[in-house]
Amino acid sequence: MAAPKKGRRPTGAQGRPGRALAIILIAMVALTAGMFISKQTTPRLGIDLAGGTSITLKAKSEPGKPDAINETNMNTAVGIIDRRVNGLGVSEAEVQTQGRDHIIVNIPKGVNEQQAREQVGTTAQLYFRPVLAFTGGEPVAPDATPNPSGSPSAKPSGSPSAKPSASGSGAPKAQDGKPSATPSSSATSQGRALSEGLKAPSAPSPTPSASGSKKADDNKATTPATTPAPVPSGADAAVADLQAKFAALNCADPAQRAEAGKGAKPEDPMLACGKRGDTWGKWVLGPAGVNGQDVDKAKGEINPQTGEWIVTMQFTDKGADKFAKITGELATKQMPQNQFAIVLDGSVISDPSVSQALTGGNAEISGGGFTQESATDLGNMLSYGALPLSFQEDSVTTVTPALGSEQLKAGLIAGAIGLLLVVIYLLVYYRGLAFIAIVSLLVSAILTYTIMALLGKGIGFALNLPAVCGAIVAIGITADSFIVYFERIRDEIREGRTLRPAVERAWPRARRTILVSDFVSFLAAAVLFIVTVGKVQGFAFTLGLTTLLDVVVVFLFTKPIMTLMARTTFFSSGHPWSGLDPKRLGAKPPLRRSRSTGTGASAATVSAPVDSKEA
Amino acid sequence: MSKLGDLGARLYRGEVGYDFVGKRFLWYGVSILITITAIVALAVQGLNMGIEFKGGAVFTTPKPAASVAQTTEIAEKASGHDAIVQELGTGGMRIQISGLDTDAAADVKKDLAAELKVPAGDINADLVGPSWGEQIANKAWTGLAIFMVLVVIYLAIAFEWRMAVAALVALIHDLTITVGVYALVGFEVTPGTVIGLLTILGYSLYDTVVVFDGLKEGSKDITKQTRYTFSEIANRSINGTLVRSINTTVVALLPVGALLFIGGGFLGAGMLNDISLSLFVGLAAGAYSSIFIATPLVVDLKEREPAMKALKKRVLAKRAAAAAKGESVDGGEASEDSPQVVAEGHGRRRR
Repeated sequence: MAAPKKGRRPTGAQGRPGRALAIILIAMVALTAGMFISKQTTPRLGIDLAGGTSITLKAKSEPGKPDAINETNMNTAVGIIDRRVNGLGVSEAEVQTQGRDHIIVNIPKGVNEQQAREQVGTTAQLYFRPVLAFTGGEPVAPDATPNPSGSPSAKPSGSPSAKPSASGSGAPKAQDGKPSATPSSSATSQGRALSEGLKAPSAPSPTPSASGSKKADDNKATTPATTPAPVPSGADAAVADLQAKFAALNCADPAQRAEAGKGAKPEDPMLACGKRGDTWGKWVLGPAGVNGQDVDKAKGEINPQTGEWIVTMQFTDKGADKFAKITGELATKQMPQNQFAIVLDGSVISDPSVSQALTGGNAEISGGGFTQESATDLGNMLSYGALPLSFQEDSVTTVTPALGSEQLKAGLIAGAIGLLLVVIYLLVYYRGLAFIAIVSLLVSAILTYTIMALLGKGIGFALNLPAVCGAIVAIGITADSFIVYFERIRDEIREGRTLRPAVERAWPRARRTILVSDFVSFLAAAVLFIVTVGKVQGFAFTLGLTTLLDVVVVFLFTKPIMTLMARTTFFSSGHPWSGLDPKRLGAKPPLRRSRSTGTGASAATVSAPVDSKEA
Repeated sequence: MSKLGDLGARLYRGEVGYDFVGKRFLWYGVSILITITAIVALAVQGLNMGIEFKGGAVFTTPKPAASVAQTTEIAEKASGHDAIVQELGTGGMRIQISGLDTDAAADVKKDLAAELKVPAGDINADLVGPSWGEQIANKAWTGLAIFMVLVVIYLAIAFEWRMAVAALVALIHDLTITVGVYALVGFEVTPGTVIGLLTILGYSLYDTVVVFDGLKEGSKDITKQTRYTFSEIANRSINGTLVRSINTTVVALLPVGALLFIGGGFLGAGMLNDISLSLFVGLAAGAYSSIFIATPLVVDLKEREPAMKALKKRVLAKRAAAAAKGESVDGGEASEDSPQVVAEGHGRRRR
């Protein structure tokens, strides 16, 4: 590009080294200050450096539903999973989508990984529990935000009821419920004193709730709140406790609502909240009889006879038996104890009543005033639990804090050694010039560090092991830019120029090489970042960041410093230790002005081929 | 040092130099041989795919009371699958169980903790579903394809299409060699390896770009002179940027080497090691290919251009005339090979 006849091509940084240096200095100070102000003085550490569990989930595409994996559904799923894992009492778990169909869940150390996996995992936190008592009535605050699993859209109308569906086998036989004698663990146990003691008011039409972020728009009359007077059965302290809590429970309070169903084991009775129209209902529920995994398929569809929307369920073989048993028992009871609640992540989403045992593994919920949306949503919930999609665990990584700090240490040591080796090599080869390179590397390092620390706050960037790797690899890329420039300067000196013109003339040429090669590096990092998932992204991110910073540092720091240094006698006189000694560089006054025609030096001096240097 | 500097100067001025371009068929041969070896190794031995590509679990335990053999037995009993156990530098064990379902892994972990008498909380676990590795590989291929297309377009704009093609060939060459080394040595292929492999892309090209840049500059007003053919100019360019190439490669390799050393020596197997190993191999291959493969390929492509053919005719004619007159040819071309070598393989040589 630059033929010798072309004059200097001044650039912004060329004539005024001071200005460029001021810019970068201000940037460094600003970033560092920002770091201290935001109290984020270290980069956030990823799971593999700090310890914890990282789970990668992949959305499974369902046959016949090619569009199911879309942004909306993914975000809904993220919201739900987030609520689940952060409901574990840790609020630092991160759930984020990555790529088109992955969700990454990072759970910091100190959480029971097993529990976390169950929460996150593909199993739906969905249970069918018999209703023991119900009270409705706390009005929903007008500004109540829908919870991630979807706010039930208010469609109060007839009470939903579960019936055997048309596809069920034959006529259902009503069974007498046989209250099980064992009170606690039996799934179908209704034998808790509570169920006798609580006389629930006859509840008005229970409303199935549905997912979807529709706000309640119907303003139906609210049911007056009536709290039954519980009769403690004395012996059972747990029951008494539950009753006291039930009386005190105010489902309109989000905090209490979140607490209500939390941590209940499937085999124990529980309290639960749920939306009914535009009021909150609260329930006491018996032990889970059927869980979400027992549901094989469910979907909202139109009943061809009545033309209304219903939800049909198909149970697995095991689920069908359980369901038959529980509905058989419920069918004999009075309202509201002939209802079962479908509990999703601790909230009641539907509470259909049962009038007969439902055998044969198929059932339908109807009469809840379903709309297409609410029926479909409930069907989805029953199919997938809360999640609009089903996920598979692609990878689960658990790292103990011990290994994490070990890995971090290893990375840092590797980085330090790598840096040291580069510095030594530069010193040996470039002597005085190397100091410019080393200071530039330092500037680069400070910028990288502060930006990483700030990004931890800003975009949730977490430094993981591959990211450390990327930063270390980048030392080489950054140093390469200096080498390209230094070699150019030396070439100019070999042409017989003095240092100051050499520095300025070398710059445009070196600049071009640096830009082209950094662009290629950046392109690789960007492509890597876009197409990959998980840890690899960290690597690509740091590589891209450092490549960008490399350009910034070379332009705004290395070049201006070089310009300034060229004015010092140490460098410009070509001091033997400056790395720019014309004699050492073998400079000869050019006989010709054109490079491409050689120097006319006698060609007789043929020395050994250079390839020995390749070794 | 001074000798080095002096050598650098003489390389720069083309007083000394190695005839890279003239001997290119030798290097093509070497590369083809290596590539064939790599492909054969790949076909015969295949790659040693890590657990991430098969599905399974890797547990890392703190130092247990059991030996490697005992640990293997314990792990196989607990999981019902084959287990590979390595002792780590820390005295801990790395237990690989392939084909283990992620759901079953939790129980296996409990059993291991009980049998090895280490707290379950201190066991690191990496559980991978069977499709994870495949997904990573697919994404890697996608990335590779996208990157190659983009880079070819970019280089064609920044330089010219011939250089883009040559760079692409060199890139594929580097990747093939790296994969071949993995097949030959039997290093385990993990997601870390894939990261490294993809990084080679950018890095291998970095070097090529440095050389091409020199070449572009060197051949700027090439048709306005009759002193050198394109091949000779290209060769001088390589020699002129040789010091730069070597330095950039060494400096790039040093940190990667440090990673490799630390990753291998300090942590045993792991991400650090995987990334740096493939990077190291790929970088070395990249440095070689940018000088010995990419630039000579550009020459081969360039020399077919009518303008270059005409130039060569002129240059040779001029030299023939000068030789007839008995004048010494002033060619800064000090390569030990006479210029004829350069013209090898291009037929139609006019004397």
